[in-house]
Amino acid sequence: MTNMQSWLLDDSPQSRMQANLGNSYRMLRALLRNPLAVVGAIILLVLVFAALFAPWIAPHSPLGQDLGARLLPPSAAHWMGTDELGRDILSRVIYGARITLMIVALVAIISAPLGLIIGAVSGYFGGWTDKVLMGVTDVFLSMPKLILALAFVAALGPGIENAIIAIAITSWPAYARIARAETLTFRNSEFIAATRLVGASHTRIIMRHVLPLCTSSMIVRVTLDMAGIILTAAGLGFLGLGAQPPLPEWGAMISRGRTFILDQWWVATMPGIAIILVSLGFCFLGDGLRDVLDPKQEGKS
Amino acid sequence: MSAISLKNLDISYGTTKVVQGVNIEVAEGESFALVGESGSGKSTVLKAIAGLAPDWTGEISLLGAPRGHKVDHDFATRCQMVFQDPYGSLHPRKSVDTVLSEPLMIHGLGNRNARVIDMLAAVGLDQRFRFRFPHQMSGGQRQRVAIARALMLEPKVMLLDEPTSALDVSVQAEILNLLKRLRREQGLTYLMVTHNLPVVSFMCDRMAVMNKGRVVEIAPATALHDGSFTDPYTQTLYAASGGNPKYKETL
Repeated sequence: MTNMQSWLLDDSPQSRMQANLGNSYRMLRALLRNPLAVVGAIILLVLVFAALFAPWIAPHSPLGQDLGARLLPPSAAHWMGTDELGRDILSRVIYGARITLMIVALVAIISAPLGLIIGAVSGYFGGWTDKVLMGVTDVFLSMPKLILALAFVAALGPGIENAIIAIAITSWPAYARIARAETLTFRNSEFIAATRLVGASHTRIIMRHVLPLCTSSMIVRVTLDMAGIILTAAGLGFLGLGAQPPLPEWGAMISRGRTFILDQWWVATMPGIAIILVSLGFCFLGDGLRDVLDPKQEGKS
Repeated sequence: MSAISLKNLDISYGTTKVVQGVNIEVAEGESFALVGESGSGKSTVLKAIAGLAPDWTGEISLLGAPRGHKVDHDFATRCQMVFQDPYGSLHPRKSVDTVLSEPLMIHGLGNRNARVIDMLAAVGLDQRFRFRFPHQMSGGQRQRVAIARALMLEPKVMLLDEPTSALDVSVQAEILNLLKRLRREQGLTYLMVTHNLPVVSFMCDRMAVMNKGRVVEIAPATALHDGSFTDPYTQTLYAASGGNPKYKETL
């Protein structure tokens, strides 16, 4: 163990792999030193775990109805109570983790790279490219996110896939703006000039030199936005335009529970707590990552 | 055949003409200095040769071949540039190894590991720096990395843009000695911009003095010893830098 550690933390690594592993290990250690980041990471690990092993963890079926046991308060048999069709809310929340995770992952995969590339290209080339790309970005930015997503879903038809596409389409402009701003700060710097003089193509410079400098702020921004994405998805679900019944999507569950909120508070509250926890988890982790991902921060604080 | 030949070179930034009518011939294997005060256009001349200031008219040729206005791939293997600020000329997220391998990758050269190791030795950096990041090194070490990067493609001509002015004095001497040794070992041609006259007499064979975008005088570096300058501006500059044989002792 000590051997392993000293190998990882070696001041003068012998190979590229050792150097890379050592850097990852240092980052992990820095992240573990931040208690809030650890809390965030644990919440997200629980979410992933719940999503992966839902059929084994969930005590009941998420869809199975038992009209004799409708709207039961939380008890030993039903930890989070049951809803208006007698379905176990805990099981539905656990299965809902899958949907939430899928939404978050797909939105991140679609919108972050899209925004990153548009922003970097725009900032790097400047001039007309910049004007056109940022014009498009501004058009998307100027529309309220949820309303635009609503319009897309209304046009494409309700459903979880369309909700994901709608959220992805509305969330990239912010990333494009950040990436552009970051790119502008170093597009005229000497290390970019030196790389050009070595004979690198524009594509290579953008992919290998510009993007890596934007990604750390992007990762932080994406994790912080995850909370917003979950909330938008939940909002669409709440409005009946996201996941369709009987899918156990958290937002849709709250929407159904709204009817009983005064007498049977747990129906709406339990999925609400799940949303809050996961959003918090992403925020904490995002904050922690921000501190860790900047290599210049190493050793400080 | 001259290594660098500039004929009637005018360079502008936008509508402002920064450099006018520059004629310079640098012989192969020569070390040539461009001297002048700030804003005299000396760095701009280097940038135009490198392709970073594309807005010029006149003629620039390198090792007998005229150069176009843009940065080009083949040019990179013949001529490289070292920048003034080692803190700004290295990518903050790339290790020394990545920085040095990249030119090889771009030009499809093999045997990268060995070449990187050899180059580190040539610029006097210990192998343990190979996987370091710029923020883990001192200014002098960074500048060695920047010089190593420029030499990776084995160019014949090096453009040096005040390579030591961002470093403190003891490190300056190290870097200058390194540059001098590399030139001797690899038969390089240097075109060096500086405003430090002692550096010129230490490193260079000839110098061109620039003022307000024009070359006012081309003189051998030995003129710094005897003060045999003809142009009044050069004489003022020489006097202002403590122009008497004694300054040689300040080296």
